[in-house]
Amino acid sequence: MSNHRESLKTVFVGHVDHGKSTLVGRLFHDTDSLPDGRVEEIRKMCERRGMPFEYAFLMDALQAERDQGITIDTSQIWFKTAKRDYVIIDAPGHKEFLKNMITGAAAADAAILVIDANEGVQEQSRRHGYLLHLMGIGQVTVCVNKMDLVDYSQTRFEAIEEEFRAYLTSIGVTPNHVIPVSGREGDLITGPSKRMPWYLGPSITEALDGFRVPLPATDQPLRFPVQDVYKFDERRIIAGRIESGTIRVGDTLLFSPINKTAKVRTIEAWNVDQLPMKASAGQSVGITLDEQLFIERGHIASHENQPPVETDVFRAHVFWLGNDALVPGKTYKMKLANAEARVTVQSIDRVIDTGDLSHVQSDRVERNAVAEVTIRSRQMLALDEFRHNQKTGRFVLVDGFDIAGGGIISMEGYADQRSLITVRATNVTKVEAAIGPDERHKRNGHKGGVLWFTGLSGAGKSTIAVATERRLFDKGYQVYVLDGDNVRFGLNADLGFSPEDRAENIRRVGEVAALMAKAGFIVVTAFISPYRSDRDRARAAAGADFHEIHIDADVATCESRDPKGLYRKARAGEIKEFTGISAPYEAPDAAELTVDTSDLSIDDSVARVSAYVDRTFTQT
Amino acid sequence: MDHLDRLESQSVYIFREAFNRLGRVGMLWSLGKDSNVMIWLARKAFLGHVPFPVMHVDTEKKFPEMYEFRDRYIKEWNLNFLSGKCPPIEEMDASLPPAARSAARKTEGLKNFLAANPFDGIFAGIRRDEQATRAKERVFSPRGATGAWNFRDQPPEFWDQFNTDFPPGTHVRIHPLLHWTEMDIWLYTQRENIPVIDLYFAKNGKRYRSLGDKDITNPVDSNAETLDEIIEELRTTRVSERSGRAMDHEAEDAFERLRADGYM
Ligand SMILES: Nc1nc2c(ncn2[C@@H]2O[C@H](COP(=O)(O)OP(=O)(O)OP(=O)(O)O)[C@@H](O)[C@H]2O)c(=O)[nH]1
Ligand SMILES: [Mg+2]
Repeated sequence: MSNHRESLKTVFVGHVDHGKSTLVGRLFHDTDSLPDGRVEEIRKMCERRGMPFEYAFLMDALQAERDQGITIDTSQIWFKTAKRDYVIIDAPGHKEFLKNMITGAAAADAAILVIDANEGVQEQSRRHGYLLHLMGIGQVTVCVNKMDLVDYSQTRFEAIEEEFRAYLTSIGVTPNHVIPVSGREGDLITGPSKRMPWYLGPSITEALDGFRVPLPATDQPLRFPVQDVYKFDERRIIAGRIESGTIRVGDTLLFSPINKTAKVRTIEAWNVDQLPMKASAGQSVGITLDEQLFIERGHIASHENQPPVETDVFRAHVFWLGNDALVPGKTYKMKLANAEARVTVQSIDRVIDTGDLSHVQSDRVERNAVAEVTIRSRQMLALDEFRHNQKTGRFVLVDGFDIAGGGIISMEGYADQRSLITVRATNVTKVEAAIGPDERHKRNGHKGGVLWFTGLSGAGKSTIAVATERRLFDKGYQVYVLDGDNVRFGLNADLGFSPEDRAENIRRVGEVAALMAKAGFIVVTAFISPYRSDRDRARAAAGADFHEIHIDADVATCESRDPKGLYRKARAGEIKEFTGISAPYEAPDAAELTVDTSDLSIDDSVARVSAYVDRTFTQT
Repeated sequence: MDHLDRLESQSVYIFREAFNRLGRVGMLWSLGKDSNVMIWLARKAFLGHVPFPVMHVDTEKKFPEMYEFRDRYIKEWNLNFLSGKCPPIEEMDASLPPAARSAARKTEGLKNFLAANPFDGIFAGIRRDEQATRAKERVFSPRGATGAWNFRDQPPEFWDQFNTDFPPGTHVRIHPLLHWTEMDIWLYTQRENIPVIDLYFAKNGKRYRSLGDKDITNPVDSNAETLDEIIEELRTTRVSERSGRAMDHEAEDAFERLRADGYM
């Protein structure tokens, strides 16, 4: 029965005019897959146009496509071999239609990348190869087409094979075959070619049959994004598609990012004898819960022990299709599984030239370009890294009314904020303070507060902190410096240097500083604290007593100072994830005070801070 | 999950996306095998309900069996049914070949219907394997105020993130069956036991493979009298599904012109 046969989606990609549509047409013809009369129909169309027979017309059905001899939009057509069923996706090669190529390729399980033997590797050959890899399509066969134009030359074939294999290898793709073919003459479409006895590998149909059908992600951690909540009748049904893993009746589900749990009461279905007891990856289901949680479209259900990441910032590898360039600071709508969020691009970390894979610094990502960016959302998001879960690790960006780009997520250098969300204990009764802040203010002659220094390594935080402490102390302030040395040995001795531990380090410093501020002290903290989310948490702990002070110097300045030789080591790769070099520094956007140490001497810097303290801590 | 389960799940996903993201939605019900499967899939998606109107834009030239079928299942499936009428052929573009001109009535009928009943989204049961321009369709296919299809510049659509943001005045055609084949439709009809009109089954060596208007649809040679036999026939046939549709064969660009203008 054909409904038990497996089915595989394969896309044909490559540079414009390299013969993708012709190969697809030829494949259908040579496997006898066309209905009666189709070839005759195409022959007539070509005659009417006064041109030789074009196999490409099978796919290129629009008048504009036939008139221009070019594919404009992607299309899908069905085909079978003895082994299995195929959906063949033809994609356009012209740069102008990259959005249509993405539309076609994103749906594929495997790809045939076509290169013209005569023209050789071209711009879109590389770009398409790169994009396949980015989108996670790992199975690629390369066809060197139009071998008839190069007299079926083995040397020519091998030169192209070598060049393109080298490119693919450098982006981490290993093609499973490189096949010399001729779409026009029909060589190596379904079997060996007499004209190329030197080639011993598979034909196109054999290569197709060699692809694997991806298995549904049934064994991965459960991800069940909520698509909708229905109340058509007495049931309150949470509807959605299971993207990975398995749900069983009775399971406790954790909904992120609201962090609420409930048990699965039923898995609903229509037109079945018995309601199912479990459902797995790929199924669109509706479930009911034992508790009425406030669940909305976009939340992701998982099991408690394997939840998705929660964060409001992440790194992404994006491709951009919008007419207007992608720019930092502008707000876009992000769609990730069923969630939507307003996001901004915080920084464009590098734009990648898909031709030679070089990186350029740029303040914008133009149409059809690929880049690595850092994205920030106003709300907490539930997501996964793409390498862990493709379905919940990728997103699209909408600019105005248009889907304008797509991207895959990495959390490199960023912490999962789930473990850091400070749940303040609720069963502790606050003891009414016997001494109010005003009394302490009067006794000390100044308010308590936190001077939170943030800045790159080498910007001068510790030096200025220590000198400020002296200056303020001499002026009669109650002042104390918290820095890495006095917290890492005791309070935070249990923490290492993973992104999560670093974030926890900062969280504790924030809490301690807030307590000391309440005790009436001026606390100076001197930590790089590169992440805005960490500093925001420290601000939340201290409230109005928090003063963010940006000790500002650019990377070049800090690197030239390099007091501890750390930059040199980071550049040499001896220190991984070094802020400013291989890990992000997120500058404050609304610091209470900025001290630019590339301009100011230490004394002048201290004077600034001290003047700020005089201004803000002594008024009543 | 087998092949049909996967197709079903994808269609259910599409229905639910459209229902959630678009304002007013409705479904075109042509009474044929595909749109019956479409109604069935909607009931799967919404757990037994069809939570939007089902519309038939009537050319008044359908086979009598089709009208009987319609009236029966409106009741049995508890459908919120709306009907629209098509203008006379004289009002259609005279430069179109005759059958295409006749088919164009349906486009105009739909336009009139939409003018009277504003919808943000319309479900239509077309499939990619039916016809080469349909093979290029999007699942969510935005249409301007006139319903025209801008096939030269369709928006990107990937990772099941459909276009749901539109300037005012746009409506969307949603195609929940785009990824199904004719064979899939019959296998699913059989598995789910979905009723179909008798015209699909052979009588006196002829049956309809695709049902359009009486005057522009021809039966094909066939002895397939049951679902099993239809499925068996499709396994080996070399005749294309729409071979009985006159408009497909009149001129190379007839179908493209119709679709560009808003035909399904
Ligand atoms: N000599 C020769 N010509 C070929 C061969 N394959 C394709 N062509 C010709 O190359 C031209 C482009 O072929 P298409 O199949 O339209 O190319 P395509 O890659 O689909 O192009 P786009 O979809 O527009 O990117 C046509 O004129 C084909 O006839 C081949 O094997 N040998
Ligand atoms: Mg092409």
